[in-house]
Amino acid sequence: MAPDADVAPAAPVRLGLESTLRAARDAGRKLLVPYVTGGVRDDWTELVRAMADAGADAVEIGIPFSDPVMDGPTIQATSEQAIAGGASPSSILAELRGIDAGVPLVVMTYYNLVYHPGDERFAADLAAAGVSGAIVPDVPLEEIGPWAAAADAHGIETVLLAAPTASDERLARVCARSRGFVYGVSLLGVTGERATLAGTADAIARRLKVATDLPVVVGIGISTPEQARQVTTVADGVVIGSALMRTLLDGAAPEAVGEQVAAFRTALDRG
Amino acid sequence: MGDPGPTGRFGDFGGRFVPETLVPACEALEAAFRDAWTDDGFRTELSDLLRDYGGRPSSLYRCGRLSDELGLTLLLKREDLNHTGSHKINNVLGQALLARRMGKTKLVAETGAGQHGVATATAAALFGMGCIVFMGEVDMARQELNVFRMRLLGAEVRPAVTGSRTLKDAVNDALRYWVGEVGDTHYCLGSALGPHPYPWLVRELQRVIGDEAREQTRSLLDRDPDVVTACVGGGSNAIGIFSGFVDLPGVELVGVEPAGGAAVGHGVPGVVHGMTSYLMQDDIGQVQEAQSISAGLDYPGVGPEHAHLARTGRARYEAVTDAEVLEAFQLLGHTEGIIPALEPAHALAWVSRARRHLAGKVVLLCLSGRGDKDVAQVAELLGDRYGA
Repeated sequence: MAPDADVAPAAPVRLGLESTLRAARDAGRKLLVPYVTGGVRDDWTELVRAMADAGADAVEIGIPFSDPVMDGPTIQATSEQAIAGGASPSSILAELRGIDAGVPLVVMTYYNLVYHPGDERFAADLAAAGVSGAIVPDVPLEEIGPWAAAADAHGIETVLLAAPTASDERLARVCARSRGFVYGVSLLGVTGERATLAGTADAIARRLKVATDLPVVVGIGISTPEQARQVTTVADGVVIGSALMRTLLDGAAPEAVGEQVAAFRTALDRG
Repeated sequence: MGDPGPTGRFGDFGGRFVPETLVPACEALEAAFRDAWTDDGFRTELSDLLRDYGGRPSSLYRCGRLSDELGLTLLLKREDLNHTGSHKINNVLGQALLARRMGKTKLVAETGAGQHGVATATAAALFGMGCIVFMGEVDMARQELNVFRMRLLGAEVRPAVTGSRTLKDAVNDALRYWVGEVGDTHYCLGSALGPHPYPWLVRELQRVIGDEAREQTRSLLDRDPDVVTACVGGGSNAIGIFSGFVDLPGVELVGVEPAGGAAVGHGVPGVVHGMTSYLMQDDIGQVQEAQSISAGLDYPGVGPEHAHLARTGRARYEAVTDAEVLEAFQLLGHTEGIIPALEPAHALAWVSRARRHLAGKVVLLCLSGRGDKDVAQVAELLGDRYGA
């Protein structure tokens, strides 16, 4: 999807999430969605560009929340670091607005940060910042209504999580309401690196591929390029979060994280 | 106080805001509780256990000297006399029976002051279940005795080391743990908060306090109380005692929050820990850290049914300072020979402050726990006054 040449420079270009990912998948490419916590360091937007340049198909940007119940120690730490550094939804969205990374941006945050300004206002703010999609992991299908209505109205594609604990009937309903892609939860647990790939990763990918034609992107606990390659023998793609954030917490520069993303890209392309 | 229905709503509050992984577990718990609660066998087993093991019914005690001093009739519902020293055992025995009925073999819990952790560790020992309790690192330091009690009972106590390192963070860690171990583990949530069905489930298991107190007050005084009061952190003892009186319009219901954790008093609606409720938060929606002398009330949110009772005006919520609480803590000891936990000392602090307004009235107070756990902390604060 080419950027629209008529758009004024100040208005961010917003790429369709599902359309972009479908086009890549249909061209035979495995999808790579790296994650970065917004505001984790002053130059965090450089990381978004570095990830895009290294072969990301979309970038997931965390807006840090004080009580992230779906996140393990690594993303808890980057969230605390970002909040301590003054990051807020408005500061992160303001920085995203000028970024023009060339790939769709998906915001991940927790519902209180949406509920506080209101569903409508938050959706409008995401759209104005050029964000294409949103993941709100503490809002399951039964509670998604008010947010989904506001998001749909502003063209924000709301990605739902699909977990191994769901029945086939529930997976079908989750897939039907998900937009952009469906986020397969690879294991029973919160975000964080794991030494080995959970057996449930393959199973959830298979179940989702039967349930939907949406791009199936699996995340949570995918830690190495080899694990990513294994998952994408079934799934359409992977989300990589804690493994990258660990590198950052260890003090690496954006280029090093870019190289890490490139290594995942290489592994996925090798297949 | 009715059934919040399949969506778990108390007016505008409640709901089930949990990661997708936990939705089937919450649904299964709700279905199991609906089934058990209409099963006479389950109800009988629970009430026998509460009587023979828990020590119910707890007594209703009419204060003599303190009533005279305050110029009102003060009735104490003595939950402090229960096994393990607080009202927490009512909820935990019910949830442990339910967990066993569901085929779960492990319990995970959060705890603030440690009373719910001790009660959960106790039930786990009783039923031969595994037990992991998350407790804020700050709370572990100020409630060392309860940490040791849990370990003596065979539980593993894990520190919550992020955020404010208090009750809020222990809930986060317990939820995270449950996401990973949902197959064989029941999350034994300690207060009337969290995702549906917990606020309702815990209220139903704690309503025994209110049901007993209503009958006991009528037996003792041949009338109903004018005011029913209880401390509110998450609000389980308060919702339990309020349940017995909410249908009596002449009975005033007063929840008492710590000034540094007054979710109803200072909070605005928000969503955390699986529910919509009043929540102390900053101007962008980050949850604020509560500050209270009492680890059990050091919580920035409140159970959703309290939020509803406050919004509809059926109950009102007052806040007291740590200094007022310490005075009330001593007052009950000096006048009645009862050392209360710091949590119910909040309710007494409000009664003491409002004594003129309450003159001549019958005030029923839920004495939710005993003060043994708090003696070391209070000695540090007031030791000089007592020559320690």
